[in-house]
Amino acid sequence: MLPNLVLYEEEFNLVTDVIKRLVTSANAKVVFLVDKNGQLITSSGHTEGIDTTSLASLTAGNIAATGGLAKLIGEKEFSILFHEGEKDNIHISIIGHRVILVVIFDEKSSLGLVRLRVKKSGEELEKTFAEIDKKAGADTSGLGVDSPFAEITDDDIENLFS
Amino acid sequence: MSFINYSSREINCKIVYYGPGLCGKTTNLQFIYKKTNPQARGKMISLATETDRTLFFDFLPLSLGDIRGFKTRFHLYTVPGQVFYDASRKLILKGVDGVVFVADSQVERMEANIESIENLRLNLSEQGYDLDTIPLVIQYNKRDLPNVVSMEELQKALNVRNVPAFEAVAPEGVGVFETLKAIAKLVLIELRKGTGG
Repeated sequence: MLPNLVLYEEEFNLVTDVIKRLVTSANAKVVFLVDKNGQLITSSGHTEGIDTTSLASLTAGNIAATGGLAKLIGEKEFSILFHEGEKDNIHISIIGHRVILVVIFDEKSSLGLVRLRVKKSGEELEKTFAEIDKKAGADTSGLGVDSPFAEITDDDIENLFS
Repeated sequence: MSFINYSSREINCKIVYYGPGLCGKTTNLQFIYKKTNPQARGKMISLATETDRTLFFDFLPLSLGDIRGFKTRFHLYTVPGQVFYDASRKLILKGVDGVVFVADSQVERMEANIESIENLRLNLSEQGYDLDTIPLVIQYNKRDLPNVVSMEELQKALNVRNVPAFEAVAPEGVGVFETLKAIAKLVLIELRKGTGG
């Protein structure tokens, strides 16, 4: 069981920066980073017109299903998935066993280029997430030391529903 | 496993509706979708068969508003209830923060309810969770049907932990929001304790 994923500004910016550079270097339309439970971490590129929440949830479902298939045939996981469409293609890869990198691209790029660039960005992301995990490990609650939730009152919770 | 983003000041939690086939999990989500302000919800996704049985999951993202300056988002999922989709059910429980167990109140579904809650216990433990400690709410659905088991009997058979339980008629919305509110509260309280996930 993984601890809560907590992203502070600093790491969030680091991660977003890698994603932004990947959009340019891979000639991609959009790049998303999704956590394995289906929550969108960050995205870059032409995200307008894309339902990013649904995309994140379905990507995680997709990875979970293929992960289940992998186990059935004795594989640990399928770390790369590729879906080819008429115009747009989706390249999905698992980074450090915990986050999912999604690259959407069209004919302006190619599968070879995307794979190459994803490999490099993946290594950078893996390093960053290893540090995030280390930080979370030091703080056993999984929440920040200055967690805003330690202080919430019953009234705060009640107010959400009023 | 909640996801807290300090940069965008958001917190995301995952709630899973579990229960035997045709107990009304998808109907719960459909009612919530129908009655929620469009600004507060995203698209509802249903991966279903041609006969409208859940094949993989239903998904509905909801925004509940701010708490201490953090946007609280709940991602609601249902599992496929039919027995043979067990592999898919396990996958959907990954990273769950709270569970709603939807029971079918009809006499003839009692065995299916018990089988399903045992299956929930097993599948949770495979993911490292414990049914005896995870935020849990029980909903006794289909209370409007003539052949229902008494609340007392249902509670005795399914609610050993004495968690919040609600009577419901999901297509009409009876008990639907009460159930959602109760599980959201439990998840947030767990978060406050700092043991969430």
